[in-house]
Amino acid sequence: MPSLNYAAPATVDEAVKLLAGASGLAKVMSGGTDLLVQLRSGRLRPDLIVDTKKLPGIMGIRQEAGGFVIGAATPGAVLEADAALTKAWPGVVEAMDLIGSTQIQGRASLAGNLCNASPAADSVPALFAAAAIAVIVGPNGKREVPVEQVPTGPGRTSLAKGEFILEFRLPPRPPHSSDAYLRFIPRTEMDIAVVGCGICLTLDAGGTCTAARVALGAVAPTVLLVPAAADALIGHKLDDATLARLDAAAQAACKPIDDKRGTIVYRTKVAGVLARRVAAIAFDRALGKTSAKTH
Amino acid sequence: MSKHHVSAVINGEPTEFLCETQQTLLDVLRDEIGLTGSKEGCASGDCGACSVIVDGRLICSCLMLGCEADGTAITTIEGIAQGDHLHPVQQKFLEHAALQCGFCTPGLIVASKALLDENPNPTEEEARYWLAGNLCRCTGYDKVIRAVMDAAEVMRGEKAA
Repeated sequence: MPSLNYAAPATVDEAVKLLAGASGLAKVMSGGTDLLVQLRSGRLRPDLIVDTKKLPGIMGIRQEAGGFVIGAATPGAVLEADAALTKAWPGVVEAMDLIGSTQIQGRASLAGNLCNASPAADSVPALFAAAAIAVIVGPNGKREVPVEQVPTGPGRTSLAKGEFILEFRLPPRPPHSSDAYLRFIPRTEMDIAVVGCGICLTLDAGGTCTAARVALGAVAPTVLLVPAAADALIGHKLDDATLARLDAAAQAACKPIDDKRGTIVYRTKVAGVLARRVAAIAFDRALGKTSAKTH
Repeated sequence: MSKHHVSAVINGEPTEFLCETQQTLLDVLRDEIGLTGSKEGCASGDCGACSVIVDGRLICSCLMLGCEADGTAITTIEGIAQGDHLHPVQQKFLEHAALQCGFCTPGLIVASKALLDENPNPTEEEARYWLAGNLCRCTGYDKVIRAVMDAAEVMRGEKAA
């Protein structure tokens, strides 16, 4: 086995230099819960691992300009313990919290989940729906990119050599806004989504939806943002006709595969059902009715 | 690459070790330091048999590199009892016979201790969710949960040990 190098740089510049200057395969590590499994299985044979967790700002959550900034390598357990974040972004927090066990939550991060680029990644539909911005650093400096532009296929991202995500920005919340995420699995914990759905929306005082974003997981090569499903909500209240249009739009966007977790027909049907359920939760939350955990 | 020189506090003892990059914390604990209480079940973070507490947080030691441990404080199963005095979780696992083959037990005890450190008064549902990442094929979990709930009562001082 060729020798594997490891570095835990203390500055972004140093991290970028190491990644950009690496002669072989260099991998960015945050929590490592996917990376170490891939190392162990031999599926991945990097020459260098750059551990980002010592970089300033990459661990932790802060409020800035009316929104939240979440350090890219912040573990799920820290998100869940943050009362202000959970109140403002219950969908993002519950999506992250669904990933793996307590032990996984002690390490797993939003950036790792996004950049591992699984179509079934739980936090990713919630981040898409939230209109989260990924702050990416690299050899050409810093750029801000909507999260939906990061994954490009299973295991692939749009990040160039030397680039990594430093933090995520969640925008300020207008009044009567909330979000929700559900995934379907055949049991209650510790499984990979058959379908996932994240919805973020804003209502007016009368309960009519004025803005929405809908995202689906595990029904295409990447997580999908589904503008047609958002359009089914915007301008409407939560009623049967609205939900029927949402259901149809969600199903129409699906391009799933058949595998052991579900068939094409089944996944497509479940996407519509989940979209209905998630919309109902997000509407309730936006009206201040509940913010209870959904699992 | 030469080996990494790592300093960590393990079960209260300042400890130094050398490791290769690809050695996990579990590999280091078992093979370099001789702390073989933490078990390797799946080596992919699914079974929880290798659970340890790093800087106050419960993790799978198979999903952390040994070289990442530099500067951390680690508690393994070997650090749960105080000398001959068992931790209430250990005592209750014995009393409730919450183990059979014992392979998952170190991980379950470390995970249960981490739960009660963070939440001294969990509901049964909270305890079951917290321990969902610790797989046991012998007990069916019921005795484990009874032991944890009982230990919690003792630790809250509501019941004699």
